[in-house]
Amino acid sequence: MSKQKGCPENHQLVQTLKKTVSMFVGILPILAGVLLLTGLLLEYFPVESAAGWFGNNDILDALTGTVFGSVAAGHPLTGYVLGGELLANGISLVAVTALLVSWVTVGSVQFPAEALMLGRRFALYRNLLCFGFSILIAILTTATLQLLG
Amino acid sequence: MGHGGAIFLLIVVCLYALASLVDTEHTLNALAFSTRLIYQLLPVLLLVFVLIFLSNLLVKPNWVRANVGRDSGVRGWVIAVIGGMLSVGPIYAWFALLRDLKTKGMRTALIAVFLYNRGIKLPLLPLMIHYFGMAYTLVLAAYMMLFSLLGGVLLEKISEDQIATEDEI
Repeated sequence: MSKQKGCPENHQLVQTLKKTVSMFVGILPILAGVLLLTGLLLEYFPVESAAGWFGNNDILDALTGTVFGSVAAGHPLTGYVLGGELLANGISLVAVTALLVSWVTVGSVQFPAEALMLGRRFALYRNLLCFGFSILIAILTTATLQLLG
Repeated sequence: MGHGGAIFLLIVVCLYALASLVDTEHTLNALAFSTRLIYQLLPVLLLVFVLIFLSNLLVKPNWVRANVGRDSGVRGWVIAVIGGMLSVGPIYAWFALLRDLKTKGMRTALIAVFLYNRGIKLPLLPLMIHYFGMAYTLVLAAYMMLFSLLGGVLLEKISEDQIATEDEI
C-alpha cells in the first residue's frame, strides 16, 4: 500500500528535478555571457582608472560616480575599497556615495540577463529608477550626515 | 526566453573574437578572469539550483500569491526586503528564481524591492563601517531601504500594464 503511495511522490520528485534542470540549462548561456562580459570589461576598463574622472564639482562628480558605478562590473567589495580611496584622495562624499549605491543597484552588464529573464521593460525601468535614486540617495545621505553633525 | 540567451552568448563570444584581434594578451587575461569567476560562482549556483528545486517542489502559486502576491500586504514587503538583504552571490544568479516566483504570482513591486535590497550587503557592512563610519553606513542603509520601497511602488505603477502583457515571461 505504502509502495503504491510512494510512487507518485518519486515521480513528482523526478519531474520537479527535470523541470529545475531544464530551467537551469536555459539560463546557463545567459550566466556564461554575463561572466565573460564582466571579465572583458574589467580587463579593458580597470576600476583603478576611475580616480582621474573625478574632481570637477559635487554635482558633476555625483553624476560621474553614478555613471561609473552603473557600468562597473566588479564585486561590491571593490566598490567599497575604491570609494574609500577616492574619499581619502579628496573626492566628495556625494560622488563616492553615488558610486557606491549605483555600483550595487544598477546593472548595465547584467541588463541583458535581467531583460531576458524578467522582461525588457521591467529591466529598463528598474535600472533607470535605480540610476536616479543613486544621485538622490547620495545627496540625502550627505545632507543627513551634515545635519547630524 | 527563447533563443535570447544563446544569441547573447554568441554576441559576447564575437566580442571576444574582436578583442583578441586587437589585443590577444588582454583578451586571454579576461578569459582567465571569467573562468575564475565561474569557479567562484559555482557554490552560489548550487544554492540557487537547490532553492529553485525546492520552490518548484514545495512553493505553490497559492502560497506565492498569499505571501508575496498582490494581496500579501506588509508581510510581502518585509519578506522582499529581508530576502534581498540575505541573498548571496551575484544578482544574475537570482533572476531565474524570481522569474519562477513571478510566474507563480509574485508581485512586480516586490521583485524590484528584493533586487534593490541586494544592494545592502550585510556581510560587507563591517567593511563599509571601517571605510566610512557607523553613522554613514546606517544612514545609507536606511535610505536604500526606503528608496527600495518607493522604487517598487513606482515601478509597478509605471509599468503595470506593459509588464503584465510581455511575451518574454
